[in-house]
Order: sequence, then structure tokens, then C-alpha cells
Amino acid sequence: MNARTAILAIALFWPVQSLSQGFAGLGIASDDFAQPAPQPVFNFPQDHGAHPDYRIEWWYLTANLTGPDGTPYGLQWTLFRTALAPGTASGWTSPQMWMGHAAVTTPDAHYVAERLARGGVGQAGVVADPFEAWIDDWALEGPTFDALAMRATGADFAYDMQLRATGPLVFHGDAGYSVKSGEGQASLYYSQPFFEISGTLSLPDGEVAVTGNAWLDREWSSQPLSEGQIGWDWFSLSFDSGDKLMGFQVRGDQQAPFTYASWIEADGTLTAYTSGAFTAQTLKADTVSGHDVPTGWRVQLPDKGVDVEVYALTPNAWMDVSVPYWEGPVTIEGSHTGVGYLEMTGYD
Amino acid sequence: MTRAVFAALLSHWWRNPLQLFTLMSGLALATALWSGVQAINAEARASYDAAAATLGEGRFDQITRSDGGLIDQADYIALRRSGWLVSPVVEGRINGQRVIGIDPLTAPGGLGPVTMDGGNIAAFLGGTGQLFARQETFDQLGETGAEQVVSADIAPGTVITDIGIAQRILDQDGLLTRLIVDPVQPVRQAKLDTVVPYLTLQAARSDTDVGRLTDSFHLNLTAFGFLSFAVGVFIVHGAIGLAFEQRRGVVRTMRALGVPLHRLIVLICVELLVLALIAGVIGVALGYLIAAALLPDVAATLEGLYGANVGGSIALRPVWLASALAIALGGTLIAAGGALVKLVRTPLLASGQRRASAIAGGPYNWVQPAVAGALLLLAVLLALFGSGLVAGFALLGSLLLGAALALSMILSGVLKVGSTLARGPIAQWFWADTRQQVPGLSLALMALLLAMSTNIGVSTMVSSFRLTFVGFLDQVLNAELYVYTTEDWQDRAMLDTVSNRVGSVLPIMSTGSTLAGHPAEVFSARDDPTYSENWKLIEAIPDAWGVLARGDGVMINEQLFRRTTLQLGSDLVINADVTLPVIGVYGDYGNPLGQAIVTEELFRQMFPDVRASRFGLRMSPGDVAGLRADLIAAGLPKGNLINQSGIKAFSMSVFDRTFTVTTALNILTLAVAGFAILMSLLTLAALRVPQLAPVWALGLTRRQLGWLELGRAVLLAVLTGICALPVGLALAWVLLAVVNVEAFGWRLPMFVFPGEYARLGLFALVAATCAAAWPAWRLARTPPSDLLKVFSNER
Repeated sequence: MNARTAILAIALFWPVQSLSQGFAGLGIASDDFAQPAPQPVFNFPQDHGAHPDYRIEWWYLTANLTGPDGTPYGLQWTLFRTALAPGTASGWTSPQMWMGHAAVTTPDAHYVAERLARGGVGQAGVVADPFEAWIDDWALEGPTFDALAMRATGADFAYDMQLRATGPLVFHGDAGYSVKSGEGQASLYYSQPFFEISGTLSLPDGEVAVTGNAWLDREWSSQPLSEGQIGWDWFSLSFDSGDKLMGFQVRGDQQAPFTYASWIEADGTLTAYTSGAFTAQTLKADTVSGHDVPTGWRVQLPDKGVDVEVYALTPNAWMDVSVPYWEGPVTIEGSHTGVGYLEMTGYD
Repeated sequence: MTRAVFAALLSHWWRNPLQLFTLMSGLALATALWSGVQAINAEARASYDAAAATLGEGRFDQITRSDGGLIDQADYIALRRSGWLVSPVVEGRINGQRVIGIDPLTAPGGLGPVTMDGGNIAAFLGGTGQLFARQETFDQLGETGAEQVVSADIAPGTVITDIGIAQRILDQDGLLTRLIVDPVQPVRQAKLDTVVPYLTLQAARSDTDVGRLTDSFHLNLTAFGFLSFAVGVFIVHGAIGLAFEQRRGVVRTMRALGVPLHRLIVLICVELLVLALIAGVIGVALGYLIAAALLPDVAATLEGLYGANVGGSIALRPVWLASALAIALGGTLIAAGGALVKLVRTPLLASGQRRASAIAGGPYNWVQPAVAGALLLLAVLLALFGSGLVAGFALLGSLLLGAALALSMILSGVLKVGSTLARGPIAQWFWADTRQQVPGLSLALMALLLAMSTNIGVSTMVSSFRLTFVGFLDQVLNAELYVYTTEDWQDRAMLDTVSNRVGSVLPIMSTGSTLAGHPAEVFSARDDPTYSENWKLIEAIPDAWGVLARGDGVMINEQLFRRTTLQLGSDLVINADVTLPVIGVYGDYGNPLGQAIVTEELFRQMFPDVRASRFGLRMSPGDVAGLRADLIAAGLPKGNLINQSGIKAFSMSVFDRTFTVTTALNILTLAVAGFAILMSLLTLAALRVPQLAPVWALGLTRRQLGWLELGRAVLLAVLTGICALPVGLALAWVLLAVVNVEAFGWRLPMFVFPGEYARLGLFALVAATCAAAWPAWRLARTPPSDLLKVFSNER
């Protein structure tokens, strides 16, 4: 990835860095975009599709997988949408831009691919019903949001997966209105954490049949972070007890981190915790691709008796894409055990 | 002490301003020519880089339509959705400027306007859009409604913009010209022909990319620059050698007074360094002027020969400045090295007197003849066994250098013969004294030899090329009128208009291809006597045109013939279904690509999608004007009708501009050589007084001595000129038969132009006479008291 393309992609796709590093605005005031409002009313299946009046949006799937010999794997499929201006248009004049990231993590390797696309010409997009999200030959599609097929290819890997939802959608924050900072920046945020997933990974050493669980995040906003927030650490943890925990902290360059957590029971019942209830402290760090990145965390949610240590399955899960970050599978020890996914931004 | 020593050293230059001038101007000239050529090369390369960076041509594989048409944008999307990482390009011309639309999101790394960054990406992608180009391009382009961003990084004559904007202003909505293929593709993707059957993948054109094509041209320029530099260094070497010789007294005195040798050496080095830097700066300034003056012609040459666009103005590049100064310093070091070594070796109590004999050479030196012999032997070996462009230029170098080093021996020999034939004391003294002067003048004479032989060689090449080229144009441009059509109705209108009025209509169809592993074009030829009557084949089987017409063979151009192992009778694969024997080879000057001709029927079978868009019409020349008017009346655009004489005139103008640069450099080199003679004679003049004084004392007048000096210079110039002739002809042969074949793929017949050589000889003679006139005049005016001083006891 050359430097210029990287700058381009940062400018287009990374609101965090855009805001804190002076790429702000892209010439268009954030006010022109629709803003998330409290007490959102979701309308499905339309809301599974794109919201072009908002500035950014993503369809973010991560999965913890196991091979026939018990080897753990991680998988990521993400489609980002960002808009230079609100609204749509057909042809190259569309202000909608798309970015896809796909990755497979094995215990000793991390395979990454990236795609960029303009909206309006058919190269990438999302249709709500029947659901289809695609960029180039990558796709996440199915007759309904509960039964999806997923594929992606890179220069050295590919995968084909089938997904089946075994539980309901869950809505974070206040019924899907997810606050991200003390100043009230927020996004609309729901998840499908109950996917069963199976399929085939095509890796340089051959094909591997895998099964496991996947977690799909849907989030859109126009300015999710406030100025001075430099990055976040996001955990999605699936405990062997059947309970799940989604927690994040948004780090600021001055103030204490802003935290949030969703406690999700096996039946989909969600308890939201506002800033301070959930904490995450670094236990160890590794130098990954020249970046110092925490790869061991102590995660606590005292209200639910959670006090666990979370370690990266593969410390080298650096996403060496135009907007670099760390994303990979984790293992959980302590008061609870299980597996999960960790995303960390702002460490480059 | 340092200051005093330095002042003593510098005082020499105050007392000998002419020597200082010689040194400085020699160095400045050498630096100027060298750096001027380098500046031109750097500018041209920057233009190619800009072109490569913006277009990705040559670096990336491309997908195009087999028939050369436009690609439906939906097919591009289909390819992306089948796993092909390709990026769309729209290309067209507005007012002669090349407009290129790219999609920065999918373009492989490094493509696109260099100034684009996060701050203005939204402006590039959206709204009214942005165009990136040089100011002169915008001046030609006119108003398009998009914002104009001036950028020197864009190739000349090129406008870069977003693909959507380009489609809009070129009126090509939903259509693409070609697709750039990312070098990294996913592990799996559908086969290209199963996704979009009408597209073909073309490998990166590494073999014909502009940089490589033009390498030989730049190597040529560099060789010229280096030649000039060598001549300049000869001048500097002479001046420094003389200065060291003249300062022997000063040096001896200072060393006797206790100045350590190493300090003396350091101070002399510092002195030379300062002089070299000053001369280098002057040289850089002159070089800039030379480059600025020559660049438009170079640009025209590159465009004419290779279609490469080069900007018309020189930018000052720090690398260039540094390299020019470095070459000035390096040249001084080379020129002064020998003198410094000699100084170190001189015993403290050696004579402090100036010695004309030292300038004149001293004991017999066997190194120079040995090196000359070795170089000439190397040249012969390279001519016999060498291959490749580098070997060709090594051959050139060793030939020229060997000849230059051998010159003084040859001149000595000739003068020895002359002196044995001389009758009478004055004639005998003249021959002997001339011979004695040869070593002192040898550097200047070498410069003259190099300049003259280069002139002979290059002018022979250019003139031979020109003769051949004119003949080739007559052969190729055999139709009286050429018609270009872009629409089917134009074809019909043309055929209706010309029916029964022309001898024959020759459709010309061509398509890009790969032949024998080289990028090439396949052309069609209709069975018509025009071809067999006009085309001269370099090699052919009997009745080659008849065999071609029956579809039983293929003719190839000389470039393809020489680049491959193809022989007459070898099978050439045209496409998967057609393989034909080679039945003839034709000359095809000025074309970088390989080419093959098959009969029209076969061509139409193989490439059914290619439409004939060019037609040659045969008729009597008197009918051309009337038919042309009728074709225009039938609706064909005037620009699509080109008569034969027009193309020929255009081709010849391109050709002549091509070699303007060569001619200019030739003249400059010769001028430098003339200057070298002048300076050598001037510096020698003062030293020769002791040799001339006895002759004067014996009764020759100063006037007679002056005339004899002039005659001597003319004699040496004539002898050098005679030596230059065979060297120049050998050079011409190397250029035509070795360098051309390697660089361009064609071999040219060599023609000899005695008249031109005579004119050149006359010019060299005039230059030498002019150079010698002033020293001779000064000699004739030498005060008798100066001559008398020679006989005083302390010289």
C-alpha cells in the first residue's frame, strides 16, 4: 500500500484519525448528514441495508472457528461505507465510497485483504431485501438476514462460509442508541451475536473445514467520536456459560477512557452499562509490525462478576491495510472462560 | 605562512591571465556541454516518469477490447465481481490534448495526480471535478467546466481527472477505454473469456516502453556530452600542465625556504578546487542555456521517433546541479593528477627552469602507444565478437580513444618522412621544428581528431539514413491519396465517390499482437500490383508477393527479423489457428514495433472484428485534387484526407528535426576543438621563444617566422584531418551497422559523401587557421629585445 493511497483511504474511511489528525470535514460539514437521535425506531429488513444520509456505516462480522483437529481460527469480513456527502446518485458522481476488509487468523499467521470501491456503479453496495452486501467478488448475502452465505478472496487466502442465526438481534446502549463520548457523540448500533457458522478456509497450506460462532455488528453514524478521542479497544466475548459481553473503551489523549458494555444472556436479553462499569487494563504488549500493541488485557465488569484475562490468539493480527489497525481472535481465562474477538485502533 | 604560500601560488595566475582564462574556459565549456546534455536527459526522463506514473503504461498489464473498441462499464463491474482486480481508464482527446480519467480507489499504487492528498480527494471525486495538467496543456484544452489544477508532475499534453469527469467531458458515459490490471490478483478468479469474451489481456509492454526505447537516444546524447567533456579535459590538462611547469621555479624556491611538500600539495589542491568550483558554476549556467536551447528539438525528436512526450522547458534539478559541479571537480582532478604526481616526485634541488623539452615530451614514452594499440585491438575484437548496445558503444569509445592516442605517433612518423624529403635549411628546420611541437600540441590535435571524426561519422550516418528513408517513403507511401474513416457511412460515401475514378482502393487494416514473443502489429495487404511494383524486400523467396496473395506466407519487417531467430521459411505463429512461413523481409524505418503482413482475406478471417479505417487510393496524380474536393463534398472530414506529398513532407520534417540536435552538438564539439588549438598555441608561444630566437638570429624575419607558424598549424590540421577521415568512416560504420541495429532494429546501407567531407575539412582548416592566426601575429610582433634576451646568460 503506497503512502498516497493510504492517505486517501484514511481521509475517506477513518473518522477517528480524520478528526484528531486534521483531515476533518473533507470540505463538508458534518451537519449536512443525518444525526443519530435517542429512542431510535428500527425498521427491518430496510435497516439491514445502507443509510446513505449518514456519514459512515459498517457491516462487521467476526468469527471464532475450529478446524477438524481442534485448531482455533479467526475470521473477519467487513464492509465499510463512507459518504463524501449525504445521499445517493447513480454513476461515478455518487458520493458513497466503500471499503472491504477480510482476514483469516491462524495460530501462527494472519492473512489480510482489502478492497476499495465507488458507489453508484455497482462495484459495491448493500441491498436490504433479499439481503446482499458486496464489494467486488466478496459478498455477504442470503434470502433473509438470518441465513447468509459469505465469501472473500485475497492474494493468499479465500473462504466460503454459511451462517445461520440461532438467536435474536440485540440493541446496544439505549435500544440501539449507543453513546460514544462524554460529549454525547453517538451511533446507531445493533448486533446479531448468535450466528452459527461453518465452511471452508482456503489457506496456502490447503483447505480447512471449520465450524464455530460468528458475531455481526451493524453500526452507522455521522460523527461517532469527539475531538481528542484517538482510538478504541473493542471486545466481543462469548463465554462458555452461554452469556456474551460486548465492551469497549474509547481512549482520549487527555481524559479518561469512555467505556460501555452490553451483557447479553443466552436468550438475547441485554443489559447496558454506562461509562465506568466496564474496565479494561493492559497486561502485556507486543511489537507487531513495528507498532506497540496491547495483546493481553484484564477485563472487568464487577456487576456480573466478570474478571477475566483476555489474550490474543496470534499477537501478529495487524491489519496492514490502508487504515491499519489490530483485529484478531482472543482466548479468555479467569472468572469466565471462552473465546472472542478484539479490535484495537489508534496504535499506529 | 600558509597565506604567503597561497599568495605566491596565486600570483602565477595574475601574471598569466591568458592561462587562467584557458583553464577556466576549458573547464567551463567541458562542464557546460556535459551538464547541458545531462539536463536534457534528466528532463526527458522526468517526462517519461510522469507519463508512466499517471498512465501506468508499460508497468501494468492491460485489458482491452480485441477490436480496439470501447469497453462497456457493466463489463468492468462484471470483471470486478468475478475477482479481477482491474481499474478503469477512459481516454480521449480534446483539442489535441490527451484526457485520461482514472478511478483512484481501484488504481494500482502510484497512479494518479501526485499532488492528490486527503485534503482534496472529495474535490477530485465529486462536484464539478478537477483536472490536473501543466499550464500549457490547459491553454490548449480550453474550458470544460471542471476546476483546473496546474501540476508539473503530469506528463506534457496530458490531462488527468476522475473517471466520471472524463466520461462526461469526453462524452463517453458508461464506456471505458481500457482496464489496468493490478499486479496482485486474488487466489481465485473466473477466467477472463468466460466473464467477458471480447476482451484480451495484454502483458505489460516492458519491451517497448518509452524509457527503454529512448535509452539508445539518450545514450547517444550522453556519449556526445562525454566526448565534449573529454575534449574540455584535454584543454584543462594542457593548461594545468603548463602552469605547473612554469611554476617549477616558484615551487623550488618555496620548498628551499622550508615549505613542507604536503602543505604545498594541499594548497595547490585547494587552489584548483576553488578554480574548478568557479568554472563549474559558470559551466552549469552555460549548460543550462545549451539545454534550454536544444530541448525543443530533442522533444520534437523523441515525439517524432517514439511518440514520447517531453516538456519544452528545463527545470533546475538539485541532482543535476550537484552532478555538474562534481564533474567539474572530477575533470580538474583527472587533468591535474599527473602534474601533481610529477610535483611530488621532483627532487628538491631539481632545476627550477622552465623546460620546453618537458612540455615537448622528454624521453620516449612507451605507455601511450601501448594503450593506443590495446584500444584499437579491443575495437577490432568488439567489432568481430561483440553484441548488444553497450558493446556497440564500447566499440565506439575504444575506436575513438585508440585513434586519438595513436595520433601523435602517426603525425611524428609522417613529419619524419617529410623532413627527410625536405631540401634547404629552412624547410628542414620547419619539418623538424613541427615534429618537435607535436607532443605539445598533441592534446589539442587529439581534440580536433575526435571532433572531426565524430563529425564525419555522424554526418555519414545521418545522410545515409536520410537517403534510405526517402527511398523507403517512396516505397511505403505509394498511394496518391489516403482516406481515414471512423464510421460505416463514411466507408460507403467514400466507395460511392471513388468508384470508377481510381485505379484501386487498398484498405489498410492492422491489429496489435504478439509475434514470436515480441509486441507487434499484423497488417493486411490486398493483392494489388502496387505492392510488388513498389516494395523492395531485403530478403525474399521468389515470387514472394504471389505467395503472399495466395495466403501461403507472411512477410515481416526488419525489426522483427533481427530481434528473433526467424529466417526465410521459418514458421511464424500469427494466432492460435494460423501459422505461416516467412517469405519476405521488408525495411520499416522509424517503427519501434515488429510487424507482419498477411493477405487481406486471411486477415479478415483471423480478425473479423477489425474494421478497415484507412484506405490508400491509386490514381493519376492529376486527379487527386478533384477527387479530394468530391470526397469532402460527400461529407468526409477534411482532416481525414491526406495526400501522399503531405505525408512525405511531414515525415521528412520529423526526420530533419530529429537530427538537428546531432548537428548542433557536432558544431559545438568542433568549436571546442578549435578553441583547444588556439589555447595550446597561445600557451606554447611563450615557451617557443628560445627555439625561435636562434632562427631569427640566423636571418629569418619575424614576419617570415609568423607565416611559418601559421603554415605549421595548417599542416598539422590537414594531417589530423586526413587521419580523421578513416576514423570517421569507421565510426560511421559502427553507428550504422552495430549501434543502429542494436538500438532501433534496422541496419542501414552506408553511403559516402566526399563533398561533405571536403566541406568539413575546409571548415576544420579554417578553424585551425583562425586559431593559429593570433599566436602567429603575436610572434611576428615579438619585440626583438625579447628574442635577444634568449642569448643573455641568465634566462
